[in-house]
Amino acid sequence: MKIDFLYYEDCPSHEQALARLKQVMAEEGIDAPITIHKMETEEQARAWHFIGSPTILIDGEDIDPPPPDAPAALTCRVYRWDDGRISPMPSPEMIRRALRAKRPSSPIHET
Amino acid sequence: MPLRIGDQAIDFTLPCTDGHMHSLSDWQDRPVLVIIFSCNHCPYAQAWEDRIIQLQAQFKPQGVKFAMINANDPVKYPADSFEEMKKRAKAKGYNFPYLWDETQEVARAYGATRTPEVFVFDQDRTLRYHGAVDDNFENPFAVKQHFLRDAIQALLEGKDPPVAETPPIGCTIKWK
Repeated sequence: MKIDFLYYEDCPSHEQALARLKQVMAEEGIDAPITIHKMETEEQARAWHFIGSPTILIDGEDIDPPPPDAPAALTCRVYRWDDGRISPMPSPEMIRRALRAKRPSSPIHET
Repeated sequence: MPLRIGDQAIDFTLPCTDGHMHSLSDWQDRPVLVIIFSCNHCPYAQAWEDRIIQLQAQFKPQGVKFAMINANDPVKYPADSFEEMKKRAKAKGYNFPYLWDETQEVARAYGATRTPEVFVFDQDRTLRYHGAVDDNFENPFAVKQHFLRDAIQALLEGKDPPVAETPPIGCTIKWK
C-alpha cells in the first residue's frame, strides 16, 4: 500500500491530521510507509491536483475524492463528515474506510 | 502595528452583503461589539460558523453586535468573492452584517492574520478579547473553553474577560 500525505504549511492542523492517519493505520494493523509532500507552489499544487490541506492519497487515490473540476489551490481543505460536521481534517472513519477499501484481504462489507 | 488588548477599535466603512455600507459608528450604542475576520472557503470558518450565528442570537437581547469581515483576495480564491459572500450570508442565514474588505486595509489595520479571528470590544470600544472562538473547531460538544462566549458574558457583567488573548486558529488571510 502506498500512502501520500500532502499538506500546506499555512493550514494549522496538518500535524494533527498526520497523527490521526498514523493512529488509524495502527488500529488497522497497516504498516505502510507514509510519504509526506509539502505543497509550496501553485505549480506543485496543480501537478498533484492538490485542492487543499491536508490531502491523503492511498495508492494514488484521494480518500475523499473531490469533484474533477475542483481547482488546485494552496489552501485548507473542507471535509464534510458523515454526521454533517465540517472539519479541516478527515474523520478517523473516513480514513479507516479508505484504508480498508485498499486492503486486498479485507474488502469492505457495507451493512 | 496590530491591535493589542487595551487598544481602541479602528473605524471603517465597508460594503455589506445586505446592500448597505456599514461603519463602526453604526453600532456605537452597543455594549459589546464583536468583529470577526472570516471568509467563505476556509474549513475553520465553516466549522465555527454555526456557533458564531448561535452566539449572536444568544446575546442579541443584551444588545451585543457581531460583524464579520472577509478580506481574502477573490482573484486567487473565487469562493470568497463579494457575490459568493452574498450567497453564503443568505444560505446560512447570517444574523450579522457580512462585510467586504476589498482593499484589505481593515484587516491590515487590525493586524488580523487568520480566518476566523475574533476581536471583542467593550462599550468604550477598547479591545478586551482577541483570538479564537473556543478551543475545539472540530466538535462543538467537546468544547472546554468558550473564549468568545465567556468574554462577552464577562463584559456584560462589567468584569474582565477570563481569558484576554488566545492564538487565532484558522486559514491564513489570503493577501493580494
